[in-house]
Amino acid sequence: IWTTVFGRRMADEALFQFLHYELMQYIYKSADSKETENGRNITKLENMGFRVGQGLIERLTKDTARFKDELDTMKFICKDFWTCVFKKQIDNLRTNHQGIYVLQDNKFRLLSQLSAGKQYLEHAPKYLAFSCGLVRGALSNLGVKSIVTAEVSVMPTILLQKI
Amino acid sequence: MSRQSNRTTDSKKMNSELFTLTYGALVTQLCKDYENDEEVNKQLDKMGYNIGVRLIEDFLARSSIGRCQDFRETADVIAKVAFKMYLGITPSVTNWSPAGDEFSLILESNPLVDFVELPDNHSTLIYSNLLCGILRGALEMVQMAVDVRFVQDTLRGDNVTEIRMKFIKRIEENLPAGDE
Repeated sequence: IWTTVFGRRMADEALFQFLHYELMQYIYKSADSKETENGRNITKLENMGFRVGQGLIERLTKDTARFKDELDTMKFICKDFWTCVFKKQIDNLRTNHQGIYVLQDNKFRLLSQLSAGKQYLEHAPKYLAFSCGLVRGALSNLGVKSIVTAEVSVMPTILLQKI
Repeated sequence: MSRQSNRTTDSKKMNSELFTLTYGALVTQLCKDYENDEEVNKQLDKMGYNIGVRLIEDFLARSSIGRCQDFRETADVIAKVAFKMYLGITPSVTNWSPAGDEFSLILESNPLVDFVELPDNHSTLIYSNLLCGILRGALEMVQMAVDVRFVQDTLRGDNVTEIRMKFIKRIEENLPAGDE
């Protein structure tokens, strides 16, 4: 019984990961294979993530009370939203209290399929674009306008910066 | 289906919504990129196939199901284990052909189409066609060539969603090159 329960809980996440991968492949394949296209593809993925993030947060916060301030909102993103999307919370949240937040995920799920190495860092942005959009979209519907970027330092950690 | 605590139900639902919403974004993008529904259907099938050939490994690892003895068993596994595991629904298996090589999966509800409405100019779009590709790709990896198609679709006004699966043939394992 244990195995079945465990399998079930992670399975829908796996399905999403497969879909995300195909989505990435599609966006990149359907563009010309020129260097300059990379930026456009990242933007496309980010925009798709944005719309999905908006839709998700709407349902997630349907019965939630309003947030008292920006930090409260960010904590929600780090805990509830991140858990909903990535099945875990953000590991570390830092802020300069002047509008910049850094969210650290030490085991970012969507990167877990990529193996370590230089090639990894090269391809990581593709894997992060949609998720950045998700966060930006979620924040947008919570009334927070933001720019969300991601960085991969030591794999598979990512740092999201909301400005 | 028994209900668990609210929190678990919610987070399960939320996650299927992530998939549903992402899938919706994908279909929207495809409709933008391609001139006609037929092309979109083909793309969805292709992408589904790519997912299926990898999903099968994931499925076998999670479920520790052994080799199916026959197509009937395959049908049951697909409906009761795979669909339940990945999409949280259990379609019913019906309408077996006399030869036992064809059956239908009836989905009372289809999580992919939650909150989705087809606009008028997409009447031939098979919105959930990804599923057909997934099934086809997955079964090919276990040596079964099948034909999978939608015959009823709630998005197009039918009462239920019906997927028809037909066994074509057993695929022989490929011999490594240079064996001749």
